[in-house]
Amino acid sequence: MKKNNGLGQSTIVFKNKPRIESYYSMVGKKEGQGTFKKYFDCILNDDLCGQKSFEVAEREILERTILGALDKNNVDLSDIDFMIGGDLLNQIISSSFSARHFETPFIGLYGACSTMCESIAIGAALVDGGYAKKTICATVSHFAAAERQYRTPLELGNQRPPVSQWTVTGSGCTILSNTNRGHYVSMATFGKVTDYGVTDANNMGAAMAPAASETLAEHFKDTGTCPDDYDLIVTGDLGKLGSEILRDLMEHRGYKLGTNYCDCGQMIFSRNQRTFQGGSGAGCSASVLNSYILKQMDAGVYKKVLFMATGALLSTVSTQQGETIPCIAHAIVIERGEENADDIS
Amino acid sequence: MNKEERNKRYLAYVSAKSPKTEVWPSLFFAFIIGGLICCFGQAVSDTLANWFPYMTETELGAWTLVVIIFITCILTGVGLFDDIARFAGAGTIVPITGFANSICSSAMEFRREGIIFGMCAKMFTVAGPVIVFGIISSIIIGVVYLFL
Amino acid sequence: MLMTYLKVFLTGGIICLIGQILIIKTKLTSARILVLFMCLGVFLEGIGVYQYVVDFGKAGATVPIIGFGRTLAKGVIKEVSTKGILGIFTGGLTATAAGIAASVIFSFFVALIFKPKTKHS
Repeated sequence: MKKNNGLGQSTIVFKNKPRIESYYSMVGKKEGQGTFKKYFDCILNDDLCGQKSFEVAEREILERTILGALDKNNVDLSDIDFMIGGDLLNQIISSSFSARHFETPFIGLYGACSTMCESIAIGAALVDGGYAKKTICATVSHFAAAERQYRTPLELGNQRPPVSQWTVTGSGCTILSNTNRGHYVSMATFGKVTDYGVTDANNMGAAMAPAASETLAEHFKDTGTCPDDYDLIVTGDLGKLGSEILRDLMEHRGYKLGTNYCDCGQMIFSRNQRTFQGGSGAGCSASVLNSYILKQMDAGVYKKVLFMATGALLSTVSTQQGETIPCIAHAIVIERGEENADDIS
Repeated sequence: MNKEERNKRYLAYVSAKSPKTEVWPSLFFAFIIGGLICCFGQAVSDTLANWFPYMTETELGAWTLVVIIFITCILTGVGLFDDIARFAGAGTIVPITGFANSICSSAMEFRREGIIFGMCAKMFTVAGPVIVFGIISSIIIGVVYLFL
Repeated sequence: MLMTYLKVFLTGGIICLIGQILIIKTKLTSARILVLFMCLGVFLEGIGVYQYVVDFGKAGATVPIIGFGRTLAKGVIKEVSTKGILGIFTGGLTATAAGIAASVIFSFFVALIFKPKTKHS
């Protein structure tokens, strides 16, 4: 079925160009020593953020990130129509608890590490459809809080397997609006839940890569584009292994990803930080998008970016019961607002 | 190609592609650190035997474990144990240090959820099976010996 | 003296080495490794073999969790011969009480004093 504003089965086109009015990123200390240290808006010294637990710290990081995004471009909180976001903790407590302070309609999402893409896609749809003037899209994750929920106690002396990834302590916030300045979200492709039978909860990259290839292929098919049409194709947190697998899977489908393809998880930590396959978590793609990628777009390095975040939809219970890991990937296309070019010059 | 066939091929591809643990360094560290911990235990035992010449072999063994467990808990508390264990692997898991660390780390982790339902209830999340299996297997041995 | 420590080192090292091989080959988690080795200790003591390893390796054989299993089995065997049926229930835990009680009490106080810290690598 062909939708009104749609292309193909999974892609929507935003005709009214929802703009990115403001963006902000905040990361923990370890991330702040990584590749993108120059680009993050705020780097925390203390992973506890002065709070009494890692869960409260995660909330605090999200709140500060949202306030940071509002302050950065003087957006008034009363103009915000919706707050959209999610995180990795059970019952997405970080997002919903933070939403208490903003007193704005809240749409809580769970797409694991794909949540940032999902929230921007939904926020863009609301703005594009005229249902909202401005929306906040924000996600957060915290290494220590995720570790204790999904894995083992922090001080337990075990060895992380070489396929594992490191949950990013970080948060990113994008404010979308119906103004006519700034970069805009031009398309969104929603992914299908894909499961290739991976059961190893440590090997997230391998579990998520098939979902990524599914969505990416669907996007190219729907829009009639090819990998070379984008200045940058960036995945959320497949990590080193996962992004290599994605290249193979895409080649198998007949699309060759060139040097314009990269992965936030693989890039966020530098090689000597011993994270094995790189970063993961809802805050990984969020913090990289809202720092490095959008700042590079501001500078004019990238004009058309395909941003795709992947998520593994597992829980500790499903893992213990030996279930396979279903995964999902959503993609959005961000294009550089030409009006911005005038501002810079 | 049906889904099962596809998944099987994908999993085979993934396991071939995934990087493996560097075997030799990890074996080396496990051997060295495991050996050193045992030597430390022997030193504790020998020292105690010097100080208290009338202690029996069993008592010496128990005291040695208590000392090692105490040191493990302190190292876990200050956050050094997991740094050592990262290199040692089984070298710190297999000695009694692994048992003590699993109890201590769980107790610390869940302290924030309260003393009763957090710390005390979840102290044995990792080490619980060891105690359960220990008791069951010792009872089996007891039953066998009873009828021998 | 030096010879004793060499034997201790070798015995303990080799037991840990076997554990590490298991971790690499089978992806067993640490809890499973602990359970496996402890049951192995109970079994080996049950069939009367482990005493030879202890005689050779001393602390190298008693400090690993396998030695904990051995103490359990030893306790049960001893109490069954002195107390009969009740010994089946009391023997194991009586013999290992020191280790378990020490782990619990030290962990309790350590957890009251220290807070878990984020890993850095």
